[in-house]
Amino acid sequence: MNYQVNEKGYYGVFGGAYIPEMLYPNVEELRTTYLNIMNEPSFKEEFNQLLKDYVGRPSPLFYAERLSKKYNTKVYLKREDLNHTGAHKVNNTIGQILVAKKLGKNRIIAETGAGQHGVATATVCALMGIQCIVYMGEIDIKRQAPNVARMKMLGAEVRPAKSGSKTLKDATNEAIRDWINNPVDTHYIIGSAIGPHPYPDMVTRFQSIISEEIKWQLKEKEGRENPDYVVACIGGGSNAAGTYYHFLEEPSVGIIAVEAAGKGVHSGESAATSQLGKEGIIHGCKTLLMQTPDGQITEPYSISAGLDYPGVGPLHSHLYKTGRGEFYSVTDDDAMAAGLELSKLEGIIPAIETSHALAIFKEKKFKPDDVVVISLSGRGDKDLDTYIEYFKL
Amino acid sequence: MKNRIKEKLKEDKKLLSIYFTAGYPSLNDTVTIIKDLEKNGVDMIEIGLPFSDPLADGPTIQESSTIALKNGMTTNILFEQLKDIRKSVQIPLIIMGYFNPMMQYGIEAFCAKCQEIGIDGLIIPDLPVAEYHEHYQDTFEKYGLINVFLITPQTSEERIRFIDSVSNGFIYMVSSASTTGAKNTFGDVQQQYFERIQSLDLKNPQIVGFGISNSETFTQATKTTKGAIIGSAFIKHLTNEGTDTISAFIKKIRD
Repeated sequence: MNYQVNEKGYYGVFGGAYIPEMLYPNVEELRTTYLNIMNEPSFKEEFNQLLKDYVGRPSPLFYAERLSKKYNTKVYLKREDLNHTGAHKVNNTIGQILVAKKLGKNRIIAETGAGQHGVATATVCALMGIQCIVYMGEIDIKRQAPNVARMKMLGAEVRPAKSGSKTLKDATNEAIRDWINNPVDTHYIIGSAIGPHPYPDMVTRFQSIISEEIKWQLKEKEGRENPDYVVACIGGGSNAAGTYYHFLEEPSVGIIAVEAAGKGVHSGESAATSQLGKEGIIHGCKTLLMQTPDGQITEPYSISAGLDYPGVGPLHSHLYKTGRGEFYSVTDDDAMAAGLELSKLEGIIPAIETSHALAIFKEKKFKPDDVVVISLSGRGDKDLDTYIEYFKL
Repeated sequence: MKNRIKEKLKEDKKLLSIYFTAGYPSLNDTVTIIKDLEKNGVDMIEIGLPFSDPLADGPTIQESSTIALKNGMTTNILFEQLKDIRKSVQIPLIIMGYFNPMMQYGIEAFCAKCQEIGIDGLIIPDLPVAEYHEHYQDTFEKYGLINVFLITPQTSEERIRFIDSVSNGFIYMVSSASTTGAKNTFGDVQQQYFERIQSLDLKNPQIVGFGISNSETFTQATKTTKGAIIGSAFIKHLTNEGTDTISAFIKKIRD
């Protein structure tokens, strides 16, 4: 089985580029150039240099002793939370800003939900001195005031998406519209492994540094490159795609995806796309998505704003459909408990997105000698208000 | 049975086509609006099947889609409303909508239903021409449907020629690099674009859309093309004036 994107932009039956003609030149320019650009020695050198000196890579692979003891297995945490800006998102924005520069673009747009991708984009735009406009749902702007302030400090303009449900999917629609209206000078930095081809593949490749490092780090610690399992939370699925990438063709490595069940998969307030979604088209790609029987895209729910997306990247739909990935969904309550547990056991406060991945121990029992690597995709600073309110701290 | 779009394109006149969102302003306005448009001399109608996330549309059409969905519009209801439309309406009818709702209905079932009702064509902004050509063209043609593709000022000549070869009715010429929305006038850049396309001598006639709002833009857009489509400006008219004064709106364009 092949898990790479094919020449037409598909992972199995998922993917493609279902875009209006107005976007065709932009997406086509990217499609025909992205691999060449990424393979240029000068590009690789600059990308790797920035990941090292600016982001702080490699991120540590940490053996979580007390957590391992509690669940009677060997748990390693891949510390993406220690990256500059506090999450894996910056791996992708560094890569894409360099692509944008190579393409001669002088204006960057991005969409953001909770604001993490917006901050990561505003950060690299400040670093490169490039104009940055971030679209954010009007409701999210109110919910995520500190990240809005961060983006402004970094020199970005935050534009409210006032249409539809005024959240992430509407911010994405607005960013796409901006790109339609500015077809020549603008690059759109999509924040997850979603969107029309080549975005899912490009984002996955930039994030694949995560699994590339896991391989050599694990070799040092365990004497073998391959763990028994890699675990990641999934909204759109960029940290998951990066965590799985170099293990996809290794059948001995179990791929585990954890989605947000919200208040319960069938509660009507959930974001468990693999369980609730049907094949359809969202934001330019064919994938599993949550929708009405009539094909209208519905509004997902999760306590974690970063998992609150009605679709999932086409690679992940393929992993689900082929059975290569094991998919679980955990509720708000289980995720919050897992976040608190990690804080107390290991002294690490995770992002609530990440807490979903940590709740895997409630869903699945591992063997004592299993090596389980969990992507610790982000830190919890941004979520303190939610933790405070939830635990009455 | 001959396709009404093809017959209409043979007429020796500049065609005025109107877009409206089905289910807006009220759920059951669809048939009234269609009949009224035909009565007032409109040549062709695009019936918008509303979608929750209309990427190619500007704020006016998106807002009308949101309201239409709130009003309860669905694919089934639209087909139900249109089931007897051919008893009274003769002009070409096109359904314009996004691909996901059609996929969920089932592409073949959707096409079959369109033929049964007497729909002549489809415009699906997010179904790319290559995807259509490879997977859906045979089905559309089996049910006598003309699929209409968009070109923009950024579309390369090679791609325009490919689109022309796959098209079998008219080409929807997007006036500028933009989402839908009304403009008051066209500048030199648009005029040059219109002339450039004219010089390509394509087999399919072109109809201009996006940015047509009044008799001035209609005249400019149709100088070198077969016709023009008005969408957002008509939706705004419905928002402000309701469905009673459609004749006044059309009269202003034709003057």
